[in-house]
Amino acid sequence: MHILEGEGVTKYFGGLSAVSEVDFYVDQGEVVGLIGPNGAGKTTLFNLISAALVPKPGTIKFKGINITGMKPHKICRMGIARTFQTVKIFANMPVSDNVRIGSLFGTYQKMSPAEAVKETTELLEFVGLSKVSGVPAKDLTLANQKRLEVARALATRPELLLLDELMAGLNQTEVSESMELVKKIRDKGTTIIMIEHVMKAIMNVCDRIIVLHHGKKIAEGTPQEIVTSKTVIEVYLGEQTYAGS
Amino acid sequence: MNITGINFKKLWGPGLFLIILAMLATLPMFASTYTIIFLISILMYVILTVSWAIFSGPTGYISLAPAAFFGVGIYTSATLGNDLPLPIVIIIGALISACLALLVGALTLRLRGIYFAIFTFGLVELIKHLLLWYEVKFTGTRGRFVVLVDNETIYYIMLIIFVVLLITAFIIRRSKYGLALQSIGEYEEAAAHMGINVTLLKVVTFAISALFMGAAGAIMATRWTYVDPYIAFYALFSFMPVLMAILGGMGQFYGPIMGAVLIAYLEELLLTKFPYYYMLIFGIILVVAILFLPQGLAGLIQKLRWRISGGKRAHT
Repeated sequence: MHILEGEGVTKYFGGLSAVSEVDFYVDQGEVVGLIGPNGAGKTTLFNLISAALVPKPGTIKFKGINITGMKPHKICRMGIARTFQTVKIFANMPVSDNVRIGSLFGTYQKMSPAEAVKETTELLEFVGLSKVSGVPAKDLTLANQKRLEVARALATRPELLLLDELMAGLNQTEVSESMELVKKIRDKGTTIIMIEHVMKAIMNVCDRIIVLHHGKKIAEGTPQEIVTSKTVIEVYLGEQTYAGS
Repeated sequence: MNITGINFKKLWGPGLFLIILAMLATLPMFASTYTIIFLISILMYVILTVSWAIFSGPTGYISLAPAAFFGVGIYTSATLGNDLPLPIVIIIGALISACLALLVGALTLRLRGIYFAIFTFGLVELIKHLLLWYEVKFTGTRGRFVVLVDNETIYYIMLIIFVVLLITAFIIRRSKYGLALQSIGEYEEAAAHMGINVTLLKVVTFAISALFMGAAGAIMATRWTYVDPYIAFYALFSFMPVLMAILGGMGQFYGPIMGAVLIAYLEELLLTKFPYYYMLIFGIILVVAILFLPQGLAGLIQKLRWRISGGKRAHT
């Protein structure tokens, strides 16, 4: 079943089309990678799905329901959560409160304060931030801030999680840790769409990849199909590069 | 907050509050009229500051509209005071202020930072001049006389508004909505994506804060006997709450109260002792406070407490 479907999704900024007539779908339980050169419209597409922006024209359906034009908080409560390319944590609040807000406000069913605290503890354990739960979020390292964003998004109990460059700016060890985290989230049954430039991660984790270029979808397929596709190599991967290695 | 800190706080906060409240409640029995009048003006500033801090403290939206909501309360009292009993007048004044806040909030809370501040200040001027135009055009006079109420009644009503306000502010701060307001101040966009209905929450909280300003205005008007739009919508009532909250520090619940009491006291003291240098000294104190106490007095106290407890609460 398609959990998320987009039809002719388009967004203009002034006269410039950031995303133009992109059709896409995501199946339940899948990990879909979204790649493309800088400025290809990946983050804009995320903003359209999470309702930070409204597509015009085009429709986006989540679990068969048309969600185009809904408010971000509604989208979140329906079960779509996201992280941000540049971290947007609540910097001066303790790590635990950052996550607790997700539990208190983002879930479909109302959660009692005690439940929210319990869920927060579990999630911090899950992403490996238990030790720093009382620290103001701004004092975390970038890698941990990104983990915090993931925990915060998970606290809203999403069925679909949008990860925007989770691994950008992280070192090798941190990238591997993040890959493990993504796999763990997938194993919990959450569907994931991830924007990523770290090809190793994309190739390892994703079931399917969508390639954007100048706002248009130029390719779609399994990681193997993508690395061998001529167009993708031309516009993004570059010749003679074996990204899978 | 730490678990160890809660016990300490649980005993101290409400205990101290009850003692002060009991003292304030019995005061009119033996205090002079001057003291009562002085306390009324302190209470007025405390109410304005605490209600301002309910909304602007956590969200960081600097509202310069207090004078507008306060003035609406004053004018309600001036228009209806002769015909209706005092409690009803106060409730109506509070509700009109809150409705105005709902309307203005829905229209303008998408503005951020300096734009919001300027707009809210514009609101004060707008209402002032609208009223002035209306009075001159239709009633033919600029001002109105307000029904007289004795000082003790004013004092007790102020005290009641103050207590209700404190309880409301405390509940909001401790509830999940307090957390949400804080997250709006930190990163509004992220807050919306966490399932918080940011627009609704902002508008409703803005209205709650206006409710108390309106109530304070309605009762305060009876002390002034004569009001006109210039008196009712005096810009200083917009700036004072901001200054008081900043000086007191908004990180702690008691910060704005402390700031309001201190500045109100200082104002009275300087005005009586040094009438010519009053504004100058006042200005210097404010500049020094803002330069050296970025977290306000509450922040200073917090720092001292950490130092005394040997940095046990130092993080990481």
